[in-house]
Amino acid sequence: MNLHEYQSKRIFAKYGIPIPHGEVATTPTEARDVAVRLGGKVVVKSQVLVGGRGKAGGIKVAENADQAEALADKILGMNIKGLTVKKVLVDEAADIRTEIYLGAVLDRARRRVVLMASSEGGVEIEQVAAETPEKIITVAVHPFLGLRDHQARHLADGIGLPREHVAEFIKIARSLYKTYVESDATLAEINPLVITGANKLIALDGKISLDDSALFRHPELAEMRDPDEEDAAEREARRYGLSYIHLDGEIGCMVNGAGLAMATMDIVNFYGGNPANFLDVGGGAQSDKVAAALRIILSDDRVKAVLINIFGGITRCDEVARGVLEAIATLTVQVPFVVRLVGTNEEEGRRILAEANLITATSLADAAQKAVAAARGIGGSTEDITATGAASQQDTAATGAASQQEKGAGV
Amino acid sequence: MSILVNKETRLIVQGITGREGAFHTQQMIEYGTKVVAGVTPGKGGEWAIGNVPVFDTVHDAVNATGANTSIIYVPARFAPEAIIEAADAGVELIICITEGIPALDMVQVRAYLDTLDTRLIGPNCPGLITPGEAKVGIMPGHIHTPGNVGLVSRSGTLTYEVVYALTARGIGQSTAIGIGGDPIIGTKFLDVLQMFEDDPATEQVVLIGEIGGTDEQAAAEFIAKHMSKPVTAFIAGQTAPPGRRMGHAGAIISGGEGTAAEKMAVLAKAGARVARHPDEIADIVAENIS
Repeated sequence: MNLHEYQSKRIFAKYGIPIPHGEVATTPTEARDVAVRLGGKVVVKSQVLVGGRGKAGGIKVAENADQAEALADKILGMNIKGLTVKKVLVDEAADIRTEIYLGAVLDRARRRVVLMASSEGGVEIEQVAAETPEKIITVAVHPFLGLRDHQARHLADGIGLPREHVAEFIKIARSLYKTYVESDATLAEINPLVITGANKLIALDGKISLDDSALFRHPELAEMRDPDEEDAAEREARRYGLSYIHLDGEIGCMVNGAGLAMATMDIVNFYGGNPANFLDVGGGAQSDKVAAALRIILSDDRVKAVLINIFGGITRCDEVARGVLEAIATLTVQVPFVVRLVGTNEEEGRRILAEANLITATSLADAAQKAVAAARGIGGSTEDITATGAASQQDTAATGAASQQEKGAGV
Repeated sequence: MSILVNKETRLIVQGITGREGAFHTQQMIEYGTKVVAGVTPGKGGEWAIGNVPVFDTVHDAVNATGANTSIIYVPARFAPEAIIEAADAGVELIICITEGIPALDMVQVRAYLDTLDTRLIGPNCPGLITPGEAKVGIMPGHIHTPGNVGLVSRSGTLTYEVVYALTARGIGQSTAIGIGGDPIIGTKFLDVLQMFEDDPATEQVVLIGEIGGTDEQAAAEFIAKHMSKPVTAFIAGQTAPPGRRMGHAGAIISGGEGTAAEKMAVLAKAGARVARHPDEIADIVAENIS
């Protein structure tokens, strides 16, 4: 879960990291009021959960309150990478002398939280890592010791921070680490951390991402979730405890297990199709969960075929089969279904589905090819092919699969 | 031979009286695993699954039964405590099935285990199985068959898929182990590769990785330098978009790091044969045999 800049900076401030004075506004009038209160030059910043807000025109400097109102009017409602701006942060403008980067992140290889600093502030750290990796200094923090002063000093030294700022920098680094640990973050970064004309260090922009697994012990942070971070289908899926990610393709995928779900998407792609989603129904999926999963997949009208791939372990194939039937009964299903059930109670599962006349598959490759062919079949015809009208569809799938096989073999 | 678990394994189940714990204990016993004790605080003195004694603490369970391995089915918020308790009781091998443990809890657990001789598998993993000897996990036992292929994977069902395909061709497995889908795990690919390399019963290895992190890259380095046995690899998530968590907490491409393409390239360069899709894995393994 990602927090907005204004949320992240408020948390930083709570831990003693200096941030600019500023307030959130949802209307141009409010933005004007904030600017009046702050006095002087302000920055109007769109609050959306994507990178590159500045380049998209979502961050502008206003000389006075009138300008702040006009800019807020322009920025509010703006579409930045698919997200509508609903809030702006109006901050007092800083007199920037130097921009640096300071971030905390989980280093999976070292199995430690790592603090990173760079003299290249204000650009994305990924870009610095790719172009000038030597400009990133890192220290790994032992969880029982916490960040030590000497480690923070090493960072300051490594980025060539002027000596008069080192003490303040160490304080900020310690606060950032504390923020990270006490919020159960996966990322906490200040970018840029600036040295102002008045020789002060201040966190001009901030970003915090939280560990979803730890939200249970941070109800106050969980409440900060911006519902726009997920699309409607993804929100719905989370309600059912399903792991769903919306993609751009035409083949809906319902799979149990994250690894198998990814591999199923990959093999669909290998045979020339495009997955419409990632969906893991999880272990031991009950029929109502399966039905919900199919409803969510089919809420995307780009889906032209659905591939159900279940490897029964804890998950029982007969339960899944019942869920599929339940979903078909409650939906006006207008796309072909390709079903592959293997493992626990597969015979019973197949028997249940035999009554529904779905396209069945044995191997994963077989299933993927049939799904790709079925998706093309419906694309080439104006009449709706329904799951129950599967007789003609079986033929389409079979012939389509044969040509796919040749294509697949030639890849 | 095999790695980590076998006929001599004496297993404790932490969380044996819970729904998952009870169900899988039954399954493991049916497979032939020696489940010697269960642990559920507050239920010591009771019996689970017919004749498995339940203890209040792992310490008591180990003392009474001489257990050397523990499997954990307790909920995420209690699992870190369960791992540390098992380690403190001197259990040599701990398998944590639990999904959803906060990453920073695992950073602490891992740092503590660094000071001990305990091996942790997982969390968020299906466990491991030495076919015909011991099943310590949640995988369907019947799809496995004894043999000489070692499997190591970050996934559950995808591993079953591959095992199933191997067994269907009459190719057996020495040990199949799921190391878990979380960002911080106890045992990494390269640890397991070393064990398979040293295991006389393992003749070739299948490595199933996925997007996120750099453990496959570390594995590739190990393969290039130290593996004499053939390795077949597959990486799930070739079509995964960057920045999104694909089910597993650890399956995320962040900052351009951890893509499938990069992992496939380094593994191929290291001498592993890289399958393009899961159905190819068994084909390659079969070719290696003939």
